[in-house]
Amino acid sequence: MVIKTEPFILNIGPQHPSTHGVFRMRVTLDGEVVVDIEPVIGYLHRGIEKMGENRTYTQIIPLTDRLDYLASMTNNFAYVLAVEKLAGIKVPERAEYLRIIMAEAMRISSHLMAVGFFINDLGAMMTPVLYMWREREKLLDLFEMVCGQRLTYNYMRIGGVSQDIPEEFLPALKKFVAEMPGFIDEYDQLLLQNEVLLARTKGVGILPRDTAINTAASGPVLRASGVKWDLRKADPYSIYDRFDFDVPVGTVGDNYDRYWVRMQEMRQSVRILEQAIAQLPGGDVWAKVPQLLHPPVGEVYGHIESPRGELGFFLVSDNSIAPYRFHIRPPTLINLTALKDMVVGWKVADLIITFGSIDVVLGEIDR
Amino acid sequence: MTTALNGEQVARRINKVSPGAVVASDKAAVVVTSESLFKVAEFLKNTPALDFDYLTDLTAVDYTDYFEVVYHLISLKHNHSLVLKTRCHDRDKPVVPSMTGIWRSADFQERETYDLMGIVFDGHPNLKRLLLWEGFVGHPLRRDYL
Repeated sequence: MVIKTEPFILNIGPQHPSTHGVFRMRVTLDGEVVVDIEPVIGYLHRGIEKMGENRTYTQIIPLTDRLDYLASMTNNFAYVLAVEKLAGIKVPERAEYLRIIMAEAMRISSHLMAVGFFINDLGAMMTPVLYMWREREKLLDLFEMVCGQRLTYNYMRIGGVSQDIPEEFLPALKKFVAEMPGFIDEYDQLLLQNEVLLARTKGVGILPRDTAINTAASGPVLRASGVKWDLRKADPYSIYDRFDFDVPVGTVGDNYDRYWVRMQEMRQSVRILEQAIAQLPGGDVWAKVPQLLHPPVGEVYGHIESPRGELGFFLVSDNSIAPYRFHIRPPTLINLTALKDMVVGWKVADLIITFGSIDVVLGEIDR
Repeated sequence: MTTALNGEQVARRINKVSPGAVVASDKAAVVVTSESLFKVAEFLKNTPALDFDYLTDLTAVDYTDYFEVVYHLISLKHNHSLVLKTRCHDRDKPVVPSMTGIWRSADFQERETYDLMGIVFDGHPNLKRLLLWEGFVGHPLRRDYL
């Protein structure tokens, strides 16, 4: 007997625990197998680009905190770098090092969330996440020490950082840097030999190298597909050329590789932190910059390697106090372009983890 | 370090394959006509010495007299970059060819630019609003939208 079947459409989200925010997937299913998928976004759109055109260059910094709220420091960093490039401002040495310390600590914190929730999506409800939050909490304490905030830091300024670190900061950071490799070993022990994790992630959600490049995937998603492209090495900004670190690269481009790349990147970030602490010079943390900045007429595109990929800011200046055009290149929105390639032919349960492996933050996608 | 290619030199190479395509060029960028944009993009991607395989950022700027669509291209192989631009002067219906056939990363970015700036990307397979809802009137990132 032949059973007549037909595809049907399932809406996942916008309110759904697996969508990491308000994200909707319109999935066409044949039984349990994904035939087509269309991401529907915009539920968190606040018009940040338009708001930026009506604010001074300094007033935009707190707006950038609200893009990728799991990596606010790197958003600050990318924006101030772009403005400094536009206005030709030089940053004091100590501020450069403090920025690197914050950016790499932020990368560890963000990857802990990414990996933790990725395992959560696999069905290991909340236990692995709590292990990772244990370490993330220490990082949030560190950020709180320097700027009084735990989520939206607003720490960096055009020409430096808002204030110097308090004296208890460095001992706490040194303790964290000494302990963190042991904690990553612990995660590896708990997770890497877990048969369920391997069976659910290896070979699932493959993103081929060519597709990854053509869809301009970036960050861990691109590197998991075997492309050695990290802006900290390929186009070193700030003082990244002074540090010795490796760029972990995956081989297949499946969910496991994306998970593995993030785990390795945390180890590399610890290495950078060690070197930055050892080299940290004294001196000013904020260059003398006019309160109301009038950058010369022109445009600039500044990009950095945020935990999620290439975060870019495109600014057009007309020599007034506000940018004429303020555009953000959000890494995870563009990483979502390839989602369809990764999930078609797989089951709904695989769709959930593949989506989790991209590590989206809706604040940045919707802006 | 990513080398930013000199726009004037690239403009000379473009002019050899499609004469009249370049409208303006300086050190930082090349501006081409919207009619020749697709051909120029194919040339930039498929010429081995240029090999721009990675369209990193696509956006548009409203200069009131005209719209400028800006493409930031990178070659992962040669580690060099180029800023490609095109202009459209028709405010009511600015049309630019879609790049989705060459770089798929243009997909969401063109939808976003259409949504917020109102530029129509001819040849896009699914050109509808990305961030705002269906039925929204106007394009908020235009300078005359208040």
